Amino acid sequence: MNPSELFSAILILLGALFFFAGTLGLIRFPDVFTRLHAITKADNLGLGLTVLGLVWQTGLTLIALKLLLIWLLILLASTVSCQLVARYALRSKAPSEGKNHD
Amino acid sequence: MINWLFDAPLAAGLLWLSWRTVTSLDLFKAIVLFIIFGLLMALCWARLAAPDVALAEAAIGAGLTGVLLLDAFRALSTEDHQGSKTVPDDHRSRDAFPILGTSLALLATALVGGVSWVLLSLPEPVFNPGALAQTRIAESGVSNPVTAVLLNFRGYDTLLEVAVLLLGLLGVWTMGPGESVSKKNHPIPAQASALIEALIHLLVPVAVLTAGYLLWAGAHAPGGAFQAAAVLAGIGVLLSLSERLPPLLVMPHLLRALLALGLTVFSIVALSALIWRGNLLEYPPAWAGFLILIIESTLTVSISLTLVLLFRGAPD
Repeated sequence: MNPSELFSAILILLGALFFFAGTLGLIRFPDVFTRLHAITKADNLGLGLTVLGLVWQTGLTLIALKLLLIWLLILLASTVSCQLVARYALRSKAPSEGKNHD
Repeated sequence: MINWLFDAPLAAGLLWLSWRTVTSLDLFKAIVLFIIFGLLMALCWARLAAPDVALAEAAIGAGLTGVLLLDAFRALSTEDHQGSKTVPDDHRSRDAFPILGTSLALLATALVGGVSWVLLSLPEPVFNPGALAQTRIAESGVSNPVTAVLLNFRGYDTLLEVAVLLLGLLGVWTMGPGESVSKKNHPIPAQASALIEALIHLLVPVAVLTAGYLLWAGAHAPGGAFQAAAVLAGIGVLLSLSERLPPLLVMPHLLRALLALGLTVFSIVALSALIWRGNLLEYPPAWAGFLILIIESTLTVSISLTLVLLFRGAPD
Protein backbone atom coordinates (compact mmCIF):
# COMPACT_ATOMS: atom_id res chain seq x y z
CA MET A 1 0.00 0.00 0.00
CA ASN A 2 1.60 3.26 -1.08
CA PRO A 3 1.23 6.50 0.91
CA SER A 4 -1.53 7.80 -1.37
CA GLU A 5 -3.67 4.71 -0.82
CA LEU A 6 -2.94 4.88 2.89
CA PHE A 7 -4.21 8.46 3.01
CA SER A 8 -7.40 7.48 1.20
CA ALA A 9 -7.91 4.53 3.56
CA ILE A 10 -7.46 6.79 6.58
CA LEU A 11 -10.12 9.18 5.26
CA ILE A 12 -12.58 6.33 4.66
CA LEU A 13 -11.89 4.85 8.10
CA LEU A 14 -12.46 8.27 9.67
CA GLY A 15 -15.76 8.38 7.80
CA ALA A 16 -16.71 4.98 9.16
CA LEU A 17 -15.86 6.23 12.66
CA PHE A 18 -18.35 9.08 12.24
CA PHE A 19 -21.02 6.65 11.03
CA PHE A 20 -20.33 4.50 14.09
CA ALA A 21 -20.62 7.47 16.45
CA GLY A 22 -23.84 8.60 14.76
CA THR A 23 -25.38 5.16 15.03
CA LEU A 24 -24.37 4.96 18.67
CA GLY A 25 -26.09 8.31 19.25
CA LEU A 26 -29.19 7.12 17.42
CA ILE A 27 -29.42 4.12 19.70
CA ARG A 28 -28.37 5.69 22.98
CA PHE A 29 -29.80 9.23 22.99
CA PRO A 30 -33.11 9.72 24.80
CA ASP A 31 -35.42 11.54 22.36
CA VAL A 32 -36.13 12.34 18.72
CA PHE A 33 -34.27 15.65 18.63
CA THR A 34 -30.98 14.53 20.11
CA ARG A 35 -31.11 11.40 17.97
CA LEU A 36 -31.66 13.48 14.83
CA HIS A 37 -28.77 15.68 15.85
CA ALA A 38 -26.48 12.68 16.21
CA ILE A 39 -27.47 10.89 13.04
CA THR A 40 -27.51 13.89 10.68
CA LYS A 41 -24.26 15.44 11.86
CA ALA A 42 -22.42 12.15 11.85
CA ASP A 43 -23.81 10.96 8.54
CA ASN A 44 -23.05 14.15 6.68
CA LEU A 45 -19.46 14.22 7.89
CA GLY A 46 -19.03 10.45 7.64
CA LEU A 47 -20.27 10.38 4.07
CA GLY A 48 -18.18 13.45 3.24
CA LEU A 49 -15.00 11.79 4.47
CA THR A 50 -15.85 8.55 2.67
CA VAL A 51 -16.48 10.47 -0.57
CA LEU A 52 -13.23 12.44 -0.14
CA GLY A 53 -11.35 9.19 0.40
CA LEU A 54 -12.83 7.73 -2.78
CA VAL A 55 -12.24 10.91 -4.79
CA TRP A 56 -8.59 10.77 -3.71
CA GLN A 57 -8.39 7.38 -5.46
CA THR A 58 -10.25 8.32 -8.66
CA GLY A 59 -8.53 11.65 -9.22
CA LEU A 60 -10.22 14.46 -11.09
CA THR A 61 -12.55 12.39 -13.27
CA LEU A 62 -16.25 12.28 -14.03
CA ILE A 63 -16.65 9.65 -11.31
CA ALA A 64 -15.20 12.08 -8.76
CA LEU A 65 -17.77 14.68 -9.81
CA LYS A 66 -20.56 12.14 -9.49
CA LEU A 67 -19.36 11.14 -6.01
CA LEU A 68 -19.31 14.77 -4.90
CA LEU A 69 -22.77 15.27 -6.40
CA ILE A 70 -24.07 12.28 -4.42
CA TRP A 71 -22.69 13.81 -1.23
CA LEU A 72 -24.32 17.16 -2.02
CA LEU A 73 -27.70 15.57 -2.79
CA ILE A 74 -27.65 13.50 0.38
CA LEU A 75 -26.76 16.62 2.37
CA LEU A 76 -29.86 18.28 0.91
CA ALA A 77 -32.14 15.30 1.34
CA SER A 78 -31.08 14.54 4.90
CA THR A 79 -31.52 18.19 5.90
CA VAL A 80 -35.06 18.25 4.52
CA SER A 81 -36.06 14.95 6.11
CA CYS A 82 -34.44 15.93 9.42
CA GLN A 83 -36.43 19.17 9.46
CA LEU A 84 -39.66 17.34 8.59
CA VAL A 85 -39.18 14.65 11.23
CA ALA A 86 -38.30 17.20 13.92
CA ARG A 87 -41.25 19.40 12.97
CA TYR A 88 -43.60 16.45 12.99
CA ALA A 89 -42.32 15.34 16.39
CA LEU A 90 -42.83 18.86 17.73
CA ARG A 91 -46.34 19.00 16.31
CA SER A 92 -47.47 15.63 17.57
CA LYS A 93 -45.93 16.42 20.97
CA ALA A 94 -44.46 13.00 21.35
CA PRO A 95 -40.78 13.77 21.23
CA SER A 96 -39.69 11.24 23.82
CA GLU A 97 -40.62 7.67 23.39
CA GLY A 98 -38.01 6.16 25.68
CA LYS A 99 -38.22 5.14 29.28
CA ASN A 100 -35.10 7.18 29.96
CA HIS A 101 -37.12 10.36 29.82
CA ASP A 102 -40.13 9.60 32.01
CA MET B 1 -11.55 -13.65 0.22
CA ILE B 2 -12.22 -9.93 0.60
CA ASN B 3 -15.57 -10.45 -1.15
CA TRP B 4 -16.54 -13.07 1.40
CA LEU B 5 -15.76 -10.65 4.21
CA PHE B 6 -18.48 -8.41 2.81
CA ASP B 7 -20.95 -10.97 1.47
CA ALA B 8 -21.10 -13.33 4.44
CA PRO B 9 -22.22 -10.69 7.00
CA LEU B 10 -24.65 -9.36 4.37
CA ALA B 11 -26.31 -12.75 3.87
CA ALA B 12 -26.32 -13.47 7.60
CA GLY B 13 -27.78 -10.01 8.28
CA LEU B 14 -30.59 -10.64 5.78
CA LEU B 15 -31.55 -13.91 7.45
CA TRP B 16 -31.38 -12.39 10.92
CA LEU B 17 -33.43 -9.33 9.90
CA SER B 18 -36.12 -11.41 8.22
CA TRP B 19 -36.38 -13.58 11.33
CA ARG B 20 -36.59 -10.52 13.60
CA THR B 21 -39.18 -8.87 11.33
CA VAL B 22 -41.49 -11.86 11.51
CA THR B 23 -41.07 -12.58 15.21
CA SER B 24 -41.02 -9.02 16.54
CA LEU B 25 -44.07 -8.37 18.72
CA ASP B 26 -43.67 -4.60 18.45
CA LEU B 27 -45.35 -3.58 15.20
CA PHE B 28 -43.29 -0.39 14.77
CA LYS B 29 -40.05 -2.29 15.31
CA ALA B 30 -41.12 -4.87 12.74
CA ILE B 31 -41.75 -2.13 10.15
CA VAL B 32 -38.37 -0.50 10.74
CA LEU B 33 -36.67 -3.90 10.52
CA PHE B 34 -38.51 -4.56 7.26
CA ILE B 35 -37.21 -1.28 5.80
CA ILE B 36 -33.65 -2.15 6.80
CA PHE B 37 -34.20 -5.60 5.30
CA GLY B 38 -35.17 -3.93 1.99
CA LEU B 39 -32.02 -1.79 2.02
CA LEU B 40 -29.78 -4.82 2.64
CA MET B 41 -31.69 -6.68 -0.07
CA ALA B 42 -30.90 -3.82 -2.48
CA LEU B 43 -27.22 -4.17 -1.54
CA CYS B 44 -27.46 -7.89 -2.29
CA TRP B 45 -28.88 -7.21 -5.76
CA ALA B 46 -26.08 -4.72 -6.36
CA ARG B 47 -23.54 -7.39 -5.35
CA LEU B 48 -25.23 -9.82 -7.76
CA ALA B 49 -24.62 -7.25 -10.56
CA ALA B 50 -28.34 -6.54 -11.00
CA PRO B 51 -28.48 -2.74 -10.60
CA ASP B 52 -32.01 -2.51 -12.09
CA VAL B 53 -33.46 -4.73 -9.40
CA ALA B 54 -31.33 -3.02 -6.74
CA LEU B 55 -32.74 0.38 -7.75
CA ALA B 56 -36.32 -0.90 -7.73
CA GLU B 57 -35.86 -2.71 -4.40
CA ALA B 58 -34.34 0.32 -2.68
CA ALA B 59 -36.86 2.82 -4.06
CA ILE B 60 -40.06 0.78 -3.99
CA GLY B 61 -39.35 -2.22 -1.74
CA ALA B 62 -37.67 -0.34 1.09
CA GLY B 63 -38.62 3.30 0.47
CA LEU B 64 -42.22 3.55 -0.65
CA THR B 65 -43.47 0.31 0.91
CA GLY B 66 -41.83 1.40 4.16
CA VAL B 67 -43.52 4.79 3.95
CA LEU B 68 -46.89 3.11 3.31
CA LEU B 69 -46.40 0.75 6.25
CA LEU B 70 -45.40 3.61 8.56
CA ASP B 71 -48.43 5.58 7.36
CA ALA B 72 -50.69 2.60 8.10
CA PHE B 73 -49.08 2.26 11.52
CA ARG B 74 -49.74 5.90 12.29
CA ALA B 75 -53.37 5.55 11.21
CA LEU B 76 -53.74 2.48 13.44
CA SER B 77 -52.08 4.03 16.45
CA THR B 78 -53.92 7.36 16.36
CA GLU B 79 -57.37 5.87 16.08
CA ASP B 80 -58.16 6.80 19.63
CA HIS B 81 -56.39 10.15 19.84
CA GLN B 82 -55.73 12.11 23.02
CA GLY B 83 -52.21 10.96 23.43
CA SER B 84 -52.53 7.35 24.47
CA LYS B 85 -51.18 5.23 21.69
CA THR B 86 -53.06 2.07 21.00
CA VAL B 87 -51.31 -0.30 18.72
CA PRO B 88 -53.21 -3.39 17.74
CA ASP B 89 -51.44 -6.32 19.29
CA ASP B 90 -52.46 -9.55 17.69
CA HIS B 91 -49.82 -11.66 19.34
CA ARG B 92 -52.53 -12.73 21.75
CA SER B 93 -54.03 -14.82 18.99
CA ARG B 94 -50.72 -16.59 18.64
CA ASP B 95 -50.65 -17.32 22.34
CA ALA B 96 -54.22 -18.61 22.19
CA PHE B 97 -53.63 -21.13 19.44
CA PRO B 98 -50.13 -22.54 19.89
CA ILE B 99 -50.96 -25.78 18.10
CA LEU B 100 -52.51 -23.98 15.15
CA GLY B 101 -49.49 -21.71 14.80
CA THR B 102 -47.00 -24.54 15.01
CA SER B 103 -48.86 -26.75 12.55
CA LEU B 104 -49.20 -23.85 10.09
CA ALA B 105 -45.47 -23.21 10.35
CA LEU B 106 -44.76 -26.91 9.77
CA LEU B 107 -47.11 -27.03 6.77
CA ALA B 108 -45.52 -23.94 5.25
CA THR B 109 -42.04 -25.40 5.75
CA ALA B 110 -43.13 -28.68 4.18
CA LEU B 111 -44.60 -26.80 1.21
CA VAL B 112 -41.42 -24.76 0.64
CA GLY B 113 -39.30 -27.90 1.06
CA GLY B 114 -41.47 -29.86 -1.38
CA VAL B 115 -41.47 -27.14 -4.03
CA SER B 116 -37.69 -26.67 -3.70
CA TRP B 117 -37.15 -30.42 -4.05
CA VAL B 118 -39.33 -30.59 -7.17
CA LEU B 119 -37.53 -27.60 -8.64
CA LEU B 120 -34.07 -29.02 -7.95
CA SER B 121 -34.93 -32.48 -9.28
CA LEU B 122 -36.18 -31.11 -12.61
CA PRO B 123 -33.90 -31.82 -15.59
CA GLU B 124 -31.92 -28.93 -17.05
CA PRO B 125 -34.13 -27.06 -19.52
CA VAL B 126 -33.16 -27.71 -23.12
CA PHE B 127 -34.73 -24.49 -24.34
CA ASN B 128 -33.01 -21.48 -22.82
CA PRO B 129 -35.20 -18.37 -23.23
CA GLY B 130 -32.58 -16.10 -21.64
CA ALA B 131 -29.98 -16.93 -24.27
CA LEU B 132 -32.53 -16.56 -27.06
CA ALA B 133 -33.56 -13.14 -25.76
CA GLN B 134 -29.90 -12.13 -25.56
CA THR B 135 -29.24 -13.06 -29.20
CA ARG B 136 -32.30 -11.22 -30.52
CA ILE B 137 -31.97 -8.12 -28.35
CA ALA B 138 -31.48 -5.94 -31.44
CA GLU B 139 -35.11 -6.61 -32.44
CA SER B 140 -36.49 -5.35 -29.13
CA GLY B 141 -35.86 -1.68 -29.88
CA VAL B 142 -33.70 -1.15 -26.78
CA SER B 143 -30.22 -2.34 -25.81
CA ASN B 144 -30.76 -2.81 -22.07
CA PRO B 145 -31.73 -6.49 -21.69
CA VAL B 146 -33.87 -5.82 -18.59
CA THR B 147 -36.00 -3.26 -20.42
CA ALA B 148 -36.14 -5.51 -23.49
CA VAL B 149 -37.64 -8.32 -21.39
CA LEU B 150 -39.94 -6.11 -19.30
CA LEU B 151 -41.37 -4.00 -22.11
CA ASN B 152 -41.07 -6.25 -25.14
CA PHE B 153 -40.34 -9.98 -24.79
CA ARG B 154 -42.53 -10.39 -21.70
CA GLY B 155 -44.48 -7.16 -21.98
CA TYR B 156 -47.69 -8.75 -20.72
CA ASP B 157 -46.12 -9.21 -17.27
CA THR B 158 -45.58 -5.47 -17.02
CA LEU B 159 -49.01 -4.75 -18.51
CA LEU B 160 -50.68 -6.86 -15.81
CA GLU B 161 -48.47 -5.36 -13.08
CA VAL B 162 -49.60 -1.89 -14.03
CA ALA B 163 -53.23 -3.05 -13.99
CA VAL B 164 -52.74 -4.56 -10.51
CA LEU B 165 -51.24 -1.31 -9.25
CA LEU B 166 -54.24 0.65 -10.51
CA LEU B 167 -56.63 -1.88 -8.97
CA GLY B 168 -54.74 -1.50 -5.70
CA LEU B 169 -55.39 2.23 -5.69
CA LEU B 170 -59.07 1.66 -6.54
CA GLY B 171 -59.20 -0.74 -3.60
CA VAL B 172 -57.78 1.92 -1.28
CA TRP B 173 -60.25 4.48 -2.58
CA THR B 174 -63.24 2.20 -2.05
CA MET B 175 -62.22 1.81 1.60
CA GLY B 176 -63.18 5.45 2.15
CA PRO B 177 -61.21 8.23 3.80
CA GLY B 178 -59.16 7.38 6.85
CA GLU B 179 -58.18 9.39 9.87
CA SER B 180 -55.96 12.24 8.81
CA VAL B 181 -53.51 13.51 11.38
CA SER B 182 -52.56 16.61 9.46
CA LYS B 183 -56.13 17.91 9.45
CA LYS B 184 -56.07 18.76 13.14
CA ASN B 185 -55.09 22.25 14.15
CA HIS B 186 -51.54 22.30 15.34
CA PRO B 187 -49.89 25.25 17.00
CA ILE B 188 -46.88 24.83 14.70
CA PRO B 189 -47.95 24.90 11.06
CA ALA B 190 -46.07 22.64 8.69
CA GLN B 191 -45.56 25.33 6.09
CA ALA B 192 -43.82 27.80 8.35
CA SER B 193 -40.21 26.78 7.88
CA ALA B 194 -38.28 28.97 5.46
CA LEU B 195 -35.50 26.39 5.40
CA ILE B 196 -37.79 23.59 4.18
CA GLU B 197 -39.22 25.96 1.58
CA ALA B 198 -35.80 26.78 0.17
CA LEU B 199 -34.53 23.21 0.27
CA ILE B 200 -37.61 21.83 -1.45
CA HIS B 201 -37.18 24.42 -4.18
CA LEU B 202 -33.69 23.02 -4.73
CA LEU B 203 -34.57 19.35 -4.36
CA VAL B 204 -37.67 19.07 -6.56
CA PRO B 205 -36.07 20.13 -9.87
CA VAL B 206 -33.08 17.86 -9.25
CA ALA B 207 -35.42 14.94 -8.56
CA VAL B 208 -37.45 15.61 -11.70
CA LEU B 209 -34.20 15.73 -13.68
CA THR B 210 -33.11 12.43 -12.11
CA ALA B 211 -36.44 10.81 -12.96
CA GLY B 212 -36.17 12.02 -16.54
CA TYR B 213 -32.65 10.64 -16.77
CA LEU B 214 -33.68 7.25 -15.35
CA LEU B 215 -36.57 7.06 -17.81
CA TRP B 216 -34.35 7.89 -20.78
CA ALA B 217 -31.45 5.74 -19.61
CA GLY B 218 -33.76 2.70 -19.32
CA ALA B 219 -33.29 2.03 -23.04
CA HIS B 220 -29.58 1.29 -22.74
CA ALA B 221 -28.62 1.22 -19.04
CA PRO B 222 -30.19 0.42 -15.64
CA GLY B 223 -33.34 2.51 -15.21
CA GLY B 224 -36.83 2.67 -16.64
CA ALA B 225 -40.40 3.60 -15.85
CA PHE B 226 -40.67 2.05 -12.38
CA GLN B 227 -37.41 3.58 -11.14
CA ALA B 228 -38.25 7.00 -12.55
CA ALA B 229 -41.75 6.79 -11.09
CA ALA B 230 -40.34 5.87 -7.67
CA VAL B 231 -38.15 9.00 -7.66
CA LEU B 232 -41.11 11.19 -8.63
CA ALA B 233 -43.29 9.47 -6.04
CA GLY B 234 -40.62 10.16 -3.41
CA ILE B 235 -40.90 13.85 -4.22
CA GLY B 236 -44.69 13.51 -4.07
CA VAL B 237 -44.49 12.01 -0.59
CA LEU B 238 -42.10 14.78 0.48
CA LEU B 239 -44.49 17.45 -0.80
CA SER B 240 -47.40 15.66 0.81
CA LEU B 241 -45.61 15.48 4.18
CA SER B 242 -44.82 19.19 4.03
CA GLU B 243 -48.44 19.83 3.02
CA ARG B 244 -47.77 21.34 -0.37
CA LEU B 245 -50.08 19.16 -2.44
CA PRO B 246 -53.56 20.41 -3.30
CA PRO B 247 -56.54 18.41 -2.01
CA LEU B 248 -57.46 15.40 -4.12
CA LEU B 249 -60.69 16.87 -5.42
CA VAL B 250 -59.23 19.93 -7.12
CA MET B 251 -59.14 18.45 -10.62
CA PRO B 252 -60.73 15.01 -10.29
CA HIS B 253 -61.14 14.33 -14.02
CA LEU B 254 -57.59 15.27 -14.93
CA LEU B 255 -56.31 13.23 -12.00
CA ARG B 256 -58.21 10.12 -13.05
CA ALA B 257 -57.21 10.55 -16.68
CA LEU B 258 -53.53 10.73 -15.70
CA LEU B 259 -53.90 7.69 -13.42
CA ALA B 260 -55.32 5.63 -16.27
CA LEU B 261 -53.02 7.08 -18.93
CA GLY B 262 -50.20 4.52 -18.64
CA LEU B 263 -52.44 1.47 -18.71
CA THR B 264 -54.57 2.92 -21.51
CA VAL B 265 -51.63 3.69 -23.79
CA PHE B 266 -50.01 0.33 -23.05
CA SER B 267 -53.28 -1.51 -23.79
CA ILE B 268 -53.87 0.42 -27.01
CA VAL B 269 -50.35 -0.42 -28.24
CA ALA B 270 -50.80 -4.06 -27.22
CA LEU B 271 -54.14 -4.35 -29.03
CA SER B 272 -52.95 -2.51 -32.14
CA ALA B 273 -50.10 -5.01 -32.37
CA LEU B 274 -52.67 -7.80 -32.10
CA ILE B 275 -54.68 -6.35 -34.97
CA TRP B 276 -51.76 -5.53 -37.29
CA ARG B 277 -49.21 -8.21 -36.50
CA GLY B 278 -51.37 -11.02 -35.17
CA ASN B 279 -49.90 -11.21 -31.67
CA LEU B 280 -50.57 -9.21 -28.52
CA LEU B 281 -47.67 -6.82 -27.83
CA GLU B 282 -45.73 -7.86 -30.95
CA TYR B 283 -44.36 -4.46 -31.91
CA PRO B 284 -43.02 -3.92 -35.43
CA PRO B 285 -39.20 -3.97 -34.92
CA ALA B 286 -38.72 -0.65 -36.70
CA TRP B 287 -41.11 1.07 -34.30
CA ALA B 288 -40.29 -0.88 -31.14
CA GLY B 289 -37.89 1.65 -29.63
CA PHE B 290 -40.29 4.54 -30.12
CA LEU B 291 -43.29 2.60 -28.81
CA ILE B 292 -41.37 1.51 -25.71
CA LEU B 293 -40.38 5.12 -25.02
CA ILE B 294 -44.01 6.27 -25.34
CA ILE B 295 -45.24 3.45 -23.09
CA GLU B 296 -42.54 4.06 -20.48
CA SER B 297 -43.11 7.82 -20.42
CA THR B 298 -46.85 7.47 -19.84
CA LEU B 299 -46.28 4.66 -17.35
CA THR B 300 -43.91 6.92 -15.37
CA VAL B 301 -46.64 9.54 -14.99
CA SER B 302 -49.33 7.04 -14.00
CA ILE B 303 -47.20 4.91 -11.68
CA SER B 304 -45.74 7.86 -9.78
CA LEU B 305 -49.20 9.38 -9.35
CA THR B 306 -50.60 6.03 -8.19
CA LEU B 307 -47.82 5.60 -5.64
CA VAL B 308 -48.32 9.09 -4.20
CA LEU B 309 -52.09 8.63 -4.05
CA LEU B 310 -51.65 5.26 -2.31
CA PHE B 311 -49.73 7.19 0.34
CA ARG B 312 -52.37 9.92 0.63
CA GLY B 313 -55.30 7.52 0.98
CA ALA B 314 -58.86 7.98 -0.19
CA PRO B 315 -60.27 11.43 -0.93
CA ASP B 316 -62.61 12.79 1.72
